[in-house]
Amino acid sequence: MAALFAVLPFVIYPRFGMLLLCFALFACAFNLLIGFGGLLSFGHAMFFGMGSYLSAQAALVWKLPVELAILTGAGTALVMGVVAGLLAIRRQGIYFAMITLALAQMVYFFCLRAPFTGGENGIQAVPRGHLFGVVDLNQPLAMYYFVLAVFLAAFLLIERIIHSPFGQVLKAIRENEPRAISLGYRTERYKLAAFVLSATLAGLAGGLKAIVSQNASLTDVYWTMSGEVVLMTLLGGMGTVFGPVVGAAIIISMQFYLSELGSWVTISQGIIFVICVLAFRRGIVGEIEAWLRRRRGA
Amino acid sequence: MFDISVPALMGQLTVGLINGSFYALLSLGLAVIFGLLNIINFTHGAQYMMGAFVAYLLLEKTGLGYWWALVITPFIVGGLGVVIERTMIARLYKLDHLYGLLLTFGLALIIEGAFHHNYGSAGLPYSIPQSLQGVQNLGFMFLPFYRAWVIVASLAICLATWFVIERTKLGAYLRAATENPTLVQTFGINVPRMITLTYGAGVGLAALAGVFAAPIYQVSPQMGSSLIIVVFAVVVIGGMGSIMGSIVTGFGLGIIEGLTKYFYPEASSTVIFVIMAIVLMIRPQGLFGQR
Repeated sequence: MAALFAVLPFVIYPRFGMLLLCFALFACAFNLLIGFGGLLSFGHAMFFGMGSYLSAQAALVWKLPVELAILTGAGTALVMGVVAGLLAIRRQGIYFAMITLALAQMVYFFCLRAPFTGGENGIQAVPRGHLFGVVDLNQPLAMYYFVLAVFLAAFLLIERIIHSPFGQVLKAIRENEPRAISLGYRTERYKLAAFVLSATLAGLAGGLKAIVSQNASLTDVYWTMSGEVVLMTLLGGMGTVFGPVVGAAIIISMQFYLSELGSWVTISQGIIFVICVLAFRRGIVGEIEAWLRRRRGA
Repeated sequence: MFDISVPALMGQLTVGLINGSFYALLSLGLAVIFGLLNIINFTHGAQYMMGAFVAYLLLEKTGLGYWWALVITPFIVGGLGVVIERTMIARLYKLDHLYGLLLTFGLALIIEGAFHHNYGSAGLPYSIPQSLQGVQNLGFMFLPFYRAWVIVASLAICLATWFVIERTKLGAYLRAATENPTLVQTFGINVPRMITLTYGAGVGLAALAGVFAAPIYQVSPQMGSSLIIVVFAVVVIGGMGSIMGSIVTGFGLGIIEGLTKYFYPEASSTVIFVIMAIVLMIRPQGLFGQR
């Protein structure tokens, strides 16, 4: 995958490749929560969007260097993740989804009114600056490889988390929470930790996106964004390692190349949702894995 | 802040009661559907929007006015709901409840996208029916007839739904099937059909709310999505355990929102979410919910 992404900017438009990586990271962060913790958040746009706003604000107004600006975004998402997580993990299943959606809508209304976000206009002309004061990120390729490095680091971190003892306990909670409790695990703490990790990485993705696209806007924090990340993960395969990356690639390409079709993008996203739920719930990568397993078994 | 203008306060209270009517009608439908189908119907907002559009189209294409729309629309939109339940939702009952949420979310995107494609995002006007135009001077405020009608009619429908579910034989079957569908089926009651009709009825309530809303708000494709998120918060606050609970919570939160609009307008769009956060801290199962 790393090699594929390394040559990607020579095949496609680098800016598109960068956006794709940002959303792939967002989807991977989301997958950590649903795929391994079994918690469906319908409000992840609040972390992505606030990460995006705060990074943009830090780079443009506070004049922080780009790496600190992105960390500001991720840090904001971390704090929000703790607060939202403490509230949301009090309920499970569909209530969890409704609560996260409602909290995200509250954040959206806050962003609509707060003076620093620029309301409908968003924050424009965010500078890219120089990485560690040396590398000029206004060069598309330099920016691309920086984004790729951050993405790969985060991806490996998620991979590490999934296979750690912590990740195993998380899977146990997803499969059978009462049993995990009876084995002596404080399941609330594990769920909260997973939520905060996922939120922080989503904020990181949002921060990167603000620097890449050089703006932060209300779209990043709106409920449609929460829906899109759910769709990317569902389409690619919930609980698979590469699924979210594949899903993000498909959905972002669709938006990028079909953007003139307007409402048809929404309609086709809805249709993909319906087809995924009714026909292939394991997602693209999940189905391929299952197919390979059957062949090996046969 | 302390010199209170009575007409303005009463005006906001009326708006609050109107919003409360919609919260109550929609959360009632969600609760009834959830009770029997165990899914959260994300399409509810889109179905409310369809209700308003069907009323609009009935007037534009066939000349049938408000009163006809009030009767016909719930059946049209509820009928579409029945089709959706039979062809799609029914396949998901054995799966995790989350798939129902994802499916209905996808359906909501399709419906909204389709209406957006055909009618754009600008709102379409729908005028108040002749017989309900006009304003009554109550001395302390001016009350438009139409708003009074919406509040009274919604309250009546909510109470009628409560009566059907809690006090009739049909309602007893419904409550029994919520508790234990297999057992009810062994008594010779067609539970799958009951589930289908319940979904249709819940959707019909949403469509009815849409017709009520058409003359108050502009008829637009996105009118449902923002409302449904607030209604989700209302449902979390009230808990889906009781029918009366949904009604009380819906109207109560509408009033609180109206009061906030008067006393501290900056917070009016977020007050319900803040209340949700507080309720989650104190009583996570919701005000009327059971563990």
